[in-house]
Amino acid sequence: MKDVTYFPLHEGAVMIDFGKTINRETNKKILQLAKVLKDQPFHGFIEAVPAYTTLTVYYDPIIGESQSFTKICSWIENYLDNLPLDDTSANTINIPVCYDLAYAPDIEEVARTNNLTVKQVVKYHTEIIYHVYFLGFSPGFPFLGGLNPKLATPRKSNPRIKINAGSVGIAGNQTGIYPSDSPGGWQIIGRTPKSLLQIEKNPPTLLQPGDNLSFYAISKDEFEQWEENQWV
Amino acid sequence: MGLRMIEEGLLTTVQDLGRKGYQSLGFSVNGPMDQLAMRLANIILGNDQNEAVLEMSFLGPSISFESDMIIALTGADMSPRIDDVPVSLGKPLAVKTGQTLQLRTSKSGLYSYLAVKGGLDIPEVLNSKSTSLTAQVGGYNGRKLQTGDFIPIKKSYSYVGRIPWQLDSTLFAYLRSEKPIIRFLEGKQYKSFSSQSLDNFTSKQWKISTKSNRMGYRLIGAELLVNDQKELITEATAFGTIQVPPNGQPIVLMADRQPTGGYPKIGQVIQADLPKLSQLRPTQAFHFQKSSIEEALTELKITENTISRLKVAIASKWKEWENAYC
Repeated sequence: MKDVTYFPLHEGAVMIDFGKTINRETNKKILQLAKVLKDQPFHGFIEAVPAYTTLTVYYDPIIGESQSFTKICSWIENYLDNLPLDDTSANTINIPVCYDLAYAPDIEEVARTNNLTVKQVVKYHTEIIYHVYFLGFSPGFPFLGGLNPKLATPRKSNPRIKINAGSVGIAGNQTGIYPSDSPGGWQIIGRTPKSLLQIEKNPPTLLQPGDNLSFYAISKDEFEQWEENQWV
Repeated sequence: MGLRMIEEGLLTTVQDLGRKGYQSLGFSVNGPMDQLAMRLANIILGNDQNEAVLEMSFLGPSISFESDMIIALTGADMSPRIDDVPVSLGKPLAVKTGQTLQLRTSKSGLYSYLAVKGGLDIPEVLNSKSTSLTAQVGGYNGRKLQTGDFIPIKKSYSYVGRIPWQLDSTLFAYLRSEKPIIRFLEGKQYKSFSSQSLDNFTSKQWKISTKSNRMGYRLIGAELLVNDQKELITEATAFGTIQVPPNGQPIVLMADRQPTGGYPKIGQVIQADLPKLSQLRPTQAFHFQKSSIEEALTELKITENTISRLKVAIASKWKEWENAYC
């Protein structure tokens, strides 16, 4: 396939590079290739890790004498040339978010930075359908595309030691959700009561690469009610 | 049947060969820092190489045995003693109920491995028994072992007769290298670095910062700068990836790394040198040396051939032992 390059990340990993542009067509191709490799793995295949413009394929370089880098690349090339047409429509996951100040320590800063009211921040954040390009950073953490540029805000100069699980944030022109407690420098504009991790289920994450996602606002009461419901 | 933690030590975790197949959902691979020593601990006992073991870091724990069993220790030398009697690394050790294994600060290397014949009885989470400390998943309740914890084992062996074999200590020579050299492949953004930085990378000496852990080894040495400080599009990272944040101080990503990262990669430590790097202590200076995929693969094959040979030889010894005593 044209415009695709192959780079050996190490002895048992090839990074397939689809160029420098982040867009949904490229992402679709990457996720399709990942799926084909998982469904019809070559001998020695371990796993494929998608990112914005790359797919990295891990394999065992020892088993079988023919597992050379060039051989693997030509196999992948063959898969790529014969990708099935994908006409399945993406799942849309709706995520409730409480934008109340109690759970949104940085929403006023995001509003101020962009000359907006808090209400406008919520409006702009909830009116978009986002795309889950891939998961990374931590289990279930979605890299989303589609943030309204009017909301773009630099990371905090002093990262927080602990950001609570479910926190919804903005960093530069990205928005995302922290599935578990972790340190981080994103501007926190809300929190979802929905759990993004479901370890005992298959798949173990609520979101999958390729999903669509939309946020809808809930009140502080609804959020706390939701939390209580989780415990019943 | 099992092991009881009498003193927890610095950082003791349960690890098998890692959680494969879930990186695309954001899960780290985890697994042992020194895969070679970990696999050899299992191989000595005739276990599957992926059997879960205890990984013990720098200051070892004290562990009492609550049943008769056969164990093996490999990796860093923590001056192991059983009921105050020194014991050897790299061989099967038969222990009795009530005996205690005492480990101290390691004399060479950082990570030591304790395998039990038949394996630890640990449930799998997402196809692996490895502990993810950050996600708090897998291993022993997703956390490091603490004083008082009881780790069940799958099989008890009441020892009869001698188990006379021991691994050749030259297998662990990498733990004691005087002037360690770590070989690397060019990273994806290798050519983005200034020629001065690339020169410094291989000519200057490096040390591992004490602010290092299972996620990454921070390196202290020359400053490495890219010619064009533009932000990189997040992409996959691997065990041994040498990435350089804007402050110019490289970090080698280790067993608990995240599946993806956004810093430029100057290099990738070859697989065969990862055990050596993992076991390097913060005080020890080392150098990087450029390698090639061909050399890296040859080195990897040499290691794997040695392991295969040992596996076959030891399996037949256990067969004889089982015929005689079980």
